[in-house]
Amino acid sequence: MRYHAPSSVAEAVRLAAGATGITRFLSGGTDVLVQLRAGMVTPDDLIDLKKIPGLREITRTPDGGWRIGAAVSGAEMGRHAALCSDWPGVVEGMRLVGSTQVQGRATLAGNLCNGSPAADSVPGMVAAGARVVVTGPAGTREVAVEEIPAGPGKTRLKPGEMIEAVLLPPRGAQGGDAYLRFIPRTEMDIAVVGVGVSLTLEGGKVAAARVAIGAVAPTVLLVPEAAKAIIGTTLDDAAIAALADAVRAAATPISDKRGTAEFRKDVVGVLAGRAARIAHDRAKGAAK
Amino acid sequence: MSRIHVTTTVNGDAVEFLADPRDSLLDCLRDQLNLTGSKEGCGTGDCGACSVTVDGTLVCSCLVLGVEAEGKRIETVEGMAKGNDLHPLQRKFIEHAALQCGFCTPGILVAAKALLAENPDPSESEIRFWLAGNLCRCTGYDKIIHAVQDAAAEMRGA
Ligand SMILES: Cc1cc2nc3c(=O)[nH]c(=O)nc-3n(C[C@H](O)[C@H](O)[C@H](O)COP(=O)(O)OP(=O)(O)OC[C@H]3O[C@@H](n4cnc5c(N)ncnc54)[C@H](O)[C@@H]3O)c2cc1C
Ligand code: FES
Ligand code: FES
Repeated sequence: MRYHAPSSVAEAVRLAAGATGITRFLSGGTDVLVQLRAGMVTPDDLIDLKKIPGLREITRTPDGGWRIGAAVSGAEMGRHAALCSDWPGVVEGMRLVGSTQVQGRATLAGNLCNGSPAADSVPGMVAAGARVVVTGPAGTREVAVEEIPAGPGKTRLKPGEMIEAVLLPPRGAQGGDAYLRFIPRTEMDIAVVGVGVSLTLEGGKVAAARVAIGAVAPTVLLVPEAAKAIIGTTLDDAAIAALADAVRAAATPISDKRGTAEFRKDVVGVLAGRAARIAHDRAKGAAK
Repeated sequence: MSRIHVTTTVNGDAVEFLADPRDSLLDCLRDQLNLTGSKEGCGTGDCGACSVTVDGTLVCSCLVLGVEAEGKRIETVEGMAKGNDLHPLQRKFIEHAALQCGFCTPGILVAAKALLAENPDPSESEIRFWLAGNLCRCTGYDKIIHAVQDAAAEMRGA
């Protein structure tokens, strides 16, 4: 295994594009190192992104959104008060990843590119309408987060492509988001179900919404029907029930040791309602 | 497999070692620098026995490559006592009998020290939450929590 620590994105991409064997980018390493030590994946070339200037920064974009560098850790996101106040759901999804120790290293980009259907930060990013800045041998493009996962452990990134940053849109007035997951313990476990909801209010009604579900399909799913179920409503009980039906209809979970398909379908509906209510409260300015 | 020369700072001392790029920081600390205080319980980030700080951030050294330590500031359990003077956390762990076999103790001490640097007056649930990635199969945790609370109070001069 060759270890590279390039000092620019261009150099990282050049290294990746020129590599012929198993190649991995290294952000926090909390998946890469586990797979390396388990003998599952021993890269021939490992390209550490943490020495690239700017990749560890959180900055406001000109439109009032956020740019989160690919190597920013969960702990760094949690310490950023303005980011937490704009997008508490995105931050809480990332903050659920692992322990304090794991938080010191783990990143949004790594969580997304590891490709787990249960990745905790992904439903929140998808609900938020987050995009990623992808750079590869052919140049730089912007892609919606939900376009990246292709199935368990697989992404749609092309050979040599890496994520430079995650972009969050401007939160705007009367907006709120939330992420909830179900795990059998209170800490340190993989989501059996996860739900992210982001919405904005106008005149007391839901004007726009995005709902994403995790761990109930081969990839995290954006569920437009679930958003439709609550748009135009005051998020009354009927809207919550319609939201639950919509996410249950979209979910195609498997049964495994952590939960049966029936259980997951039931829980995804319950969590969607709860997450929507939290997002709604946050949009109204409560406990932002 | 070519080994990489790494220069770093461990507990305030400049050190250097040769690392196979696949070696974890934990391997390098234990096998190259003979700092065997940090333990390997799992090697997969689950138990926290290998906890160290890198540039002040608490991490599992089993999930950091040795080569990533280049130019960093590493703190391990060996740096906590000043000569014969134990750190307040170490003294309180002994006083409260917050250890039995002791395998988890170095990691928990390092993690607790990092907590108190960030939050000198943590609540019980903040301590439990912070230490959730440090597993102990002996104590049942309560004595650990009490020792951390007591050390925090002493360090605040309370
Ligand atoms: C003890 C423990 C507990 C955990 N708990 C959780 C949990 O509760 N929820 C959860 O979702 N996950 C959990 N994880 C998994 C892991 O921590 C997360 O997936 C984490 O977000 C990965 O981020 P990273 O930066 O460490 O990724 P890395 O390990 O650096 O990378 C992961 C993958 O993404 C690729 N990659 C990284 N950065 C980029 C980039 N910029 N561009 C392109 N590809 C890239 C890598 O090549 C690799 O394939 C846990 C892991 C451990 C060890
Ligand atoms: S040995 Fe590193 S977390 Fe267990
Ligand atoms: S004292 Fe034995 S594992 Fe904690």
